[in-house]
Amino acid sequence: MRHFDKDIDTLKDQLLRMGAMVEDAISQSIRALLERDTGIAEAVIAADNQIDRMELEIDQFTIELIAKMQPTAVDLRFVATMMKVTPELERIADLAQDVCERAIELNREPQLKPLIDIPRLARISQEMVRHALDAFVKRDANLARAVIARDDEVDLLTEQSFRELLTYMLEDSRNISRAIRLTFVGKYFERIADGATNICEMVVFLVEGKVIKHAGITGSEE
Amino acid sequence: MAAIDMKVKERPERRLTEMQEGKTPKIEVRDFDFYYSQNQVLHKVTLDVPEKEVTALIGPSGCGKSTFLRSLNRMNDTIAGTRVEGTVTIDGVEIYQPGVDVVALRRRVGMVFQKSNPFPKSVYENVAYGLRIGGIRDRSVLDEVVERSLQRAALWEEVRDRLNTSALSLSGGQQQRLCIARALAVDPEILLMDEPASALDPIATQKIEELIYQLKDNYTIVIVTHNMQQAARVSDRTAFFMLGKLVEVGDTNTMFMTPKEKLTEDYITGRFG
Repeated sequence: MRHFDKDIDTLKDQLLRMGAMVEDAISQSIRALLERDTGIAEAVIAADNQIDRMELEIDQFTIELIAKMQPTAVDLRFVATMMKVTPELERIADLAQDVCERAIELNREPQLKPLIDIPRLARISQEMVRHALDAFVKRDANLARAVIARDDEVDLLTEQSFRELLTYMLEDSRNISRAIRLTFVGKYFERIADGATNICEMVVFLVEGKVIKHAGITGSEE
Repeated sequence: MAAIDMKVKERPERRLTEMQEGKTPKIEVRDFDFYYSQNQVLHKVTLDVPEKEVTALIGPSGCGKSTFLRSLNRMNDTIAGTRVEGTVTIDGVEIYQPGVDVVALRRRVGMVFQKSNPFPKSVYENVAYGLRIGGIRDRSVLDEVVERSLQRAALWEEVRDRLNTSALSLSGGQQQRLCIARALAVDPEILLMDEPASALDPIATQKIEELIYQLKDNYTIVIVTHNMQQAARVSDRTAFFMLGKLVEVGDTNTMFMTPKEKLTEDYITGRFG
């Protein structure tokens, strides 16, 4: 085993630990929202510092690795992927934190309506993040493509939930502040799913060396 | 509500400019075999060397890359018992065909070796040597060519005041640049470099690399190097040889980021063995 492979394993471990924390933040944010539990929401917000710290540690390690090992080919693609996946995860955690902030605000008022689309949206986004990390660790481009394919479903649900909330706003202006907060929540989960998609695009680059994002300008078929 | 536009943004249709097509090949090698007596060291090598670009040849020791390099100006002819098959064409002229003036060929295709090998003469005479044996006696012509060659080899400023001191008093890096100046003095079109910086310290190495970068404006360069990062830094194209075969050749960025062959990937990431 090359010395570099050990460093890669260390990085992978660090990323997985960070990923587990981010997944936990997402699932706790969903609970805080659905169970209307302000305590859980506050705990998620408080834990975000740890995730930020992990991001800094991984960054540092990755840059040191470039300086010392000057990676090429698949090693270079791995390091480049790390450098893009880590901030993506950190942003996902921030979005979970945003969900919690809106949940705390929503909890101060009676529930607007039973939530149907948003929990579905939330679960799909959460699964997409988990599978994106699996795809990265296993270097599985097929799994990554399967995750990317789910993004349309998420966009559809976001749109659907927005349209429904719009009817509440039109019906009674007193609904507006809560409906807007819920719209935001929908948008946060949609962006979490976008984050998972971005990670998966990097996984395809890592495994196949192909750039599949921005299909319009890169000429990619995907 | 404009702030929360839920529509998915349209993807732009604009395409990136297509990759620039390869330049005209200066050297075209086709199905080239090379034998030391019975021992075949190059197998059916087919490769184009584009004009005014740097092509790096990489591969493990004994892979045939130096033999290949030396085949491009028939330097191997000096070794008894060697034999070639296939063709090497420079500007459309096959260099192994009967009747080729090998001295003239080597004038067009200059060579710089791993170990700098200045003659035990003055700095000036080293650079003027090729011209003198070419019959040029006119002092003003010699002066002009010596200065221009030393300038092109990025050595002029360092030696202008000691042109008459022995070349052997220069540092290793300076001696190597002197050898490059000597090669440039006879106005070649192609420069072959066989590990030109492997015996030099990092600063002298960097100077040689900078020089290669400047020289490619006027010359076609083929360089053999064991230093993978050097190949990545200085070359436009990289060719990977193994066991006498050309495994893969391509644009250097691609070779170092997304090589097509598993063998190339294993070699450049140090996973060999």
